[in-house]
Amino acid sequence: MDRSQIKGFIAARVARELKDGDVVNLGIGLPTLVPNYLPEGVHVTLQAELGCVGVGVLTDENRDPLHVVDAGGSPSAVGPGGCFIDSSTSFGLIRGGHVDATILGGLEVDAEGSLSNWIIPGKKMPGMGGAMDLLVGAKNVIVAMEHTAKGKPKILNKCTLPYTAVHCVDLIITEMGVIKVTQAGLELVEINPEFTVEQVQAATEATLIISPDLKPMV
Amino acid sequence: MPKFVSVEEAAKLIPDGATVMFGGFMGCGSAHKFIDALSKTGVKDLTMICNDASMPGGPLGEEYYAVAKLVHNRQIKRLITSHVGLNPEVATQSMQEKTLEVLLVPQGSLVEMIRSGGAGLGGVLTPTGVGTLVEESPLCLGKQTINGRDYLLMQPLRADFAVIAGAKIDKAGNVWYKGTTSNFNVVMATAADTVIAEGEELVEIGSIAPEDVRTPSVFVDYVVEGGKY
Repeated sequence: MDRSQIKGFIAARVARELKDGDVVNLGIGLPTLVPNYLPEGVHVTLQAELGCVGVGVLTDENRDPLHVVDAGGSPSAVGPGGCFIDSSTSFGLIRGGHVDATILGGLEVDAEGSLSNWIIPGKKMPGMGGAMDLLVGAKNVIVAMEHTAKGKPKILNKCTLPYTAVHCVDLIITEMGVIKVTQAGLELVEINPEFTVEQVQAATEATLIISPDLKPMV
Repeated sequence: MPKFVSVEEAAKLIPDGATVMFGGFMGCGSAHKFIDALSKTGVKDLTMICNDASMPGGPLGEEYYAVAKLVHNRQIKRLITSHVGLNPEVATQSMQEKTLEVLLVPQGSLVEMIRSGGAGLGGVLTPTGVGTLVEESPLCLGKQTINGRDYLLMQPLRADFAVIAGAKIDKAGNVWYKGTTSNFNVVMATAADTVIAEGEELVEIGSIAPEDVRTPSVFVDYVVEGGKY
């Protein structure tokens, strides 16, 4: 798979985690592909932290870049039945547990379910934006990312970069497999048939618990 | 009743060293005409409280969009914000030249810190940031455990000025926001000694239904007409 196929493959698997009626917040990048892969009959309400509940499809007609944008500042749109809210209400919704799932990328994830994705000290300090609130507040936190960065593991025993939030991740979905964060550690529950368990482990710093019920990731 | 003044007159209200809140999110809901005018006054050493530092390259081809102009002009010496990743000049000024101090705060904490400042509260207890560098922020006053869960106590934020923007402002000073532009404007209007509101359109009293007013006139001190941006 090339990188764009990898992203599509991960997004398609993430989409199957979502249930009809879920309120979902998507991070930038790969997570924004997820709605393209929703199974038939599954409709979710997309929440944008900037202040939109029920994000819709952007068209030439509804495009209004001065008044309706997404969290990255790009033009966005509200869908039928959606609404606009202010930032306090938006983060109340996020922190208060009213978001069923948040899907975001990570620089590092560790065996304790902690995530780092907001700062590389001395090099990059983009800021956390809404990520810390989303990780703390969403009921289900799904990290969707490529398994390694330039061949180096991103799934570690312990994050080396400053945390975005601790003990927050529920599921990690990569092109190699699906990993559940459990009390005992990281459990590989699905594996992409293109890889062996040994290959997945070799690309992962943390020791994986192999589910007795390991399924193919399709 | 607020005073109705030109953007140039309003921009002159802000002195060197002032603390100013700017509504808007990546330029969406920013007081564009006022910020243009402020970028020309030469005012400096501002502490800016704003969700983000906006970005170069606005949707209408602006070289620097919204508050990014003030950063580019080096009018800001301290920035309290949640995200600066799309404005590379912030990294240059803060990490290389060390002329700009940046305090990063989680977005949901930032908005509540401002809300508490405007609502007469002593701060915010939030689970966001527990176990992270936020605990070391000068804006974090400590940690408390309530019902078995850890929370950070974040200090309330107020400012000398808040600069907000709405699509319509009526002649009493009531503000109506369009789309995602309400964002930080709503809380910032409550948390400053002087509030300057820019309306794309100034309308007669009654044009905004009382139910649709999101920032009541009593918070607004000055109104400027921005015109269609």
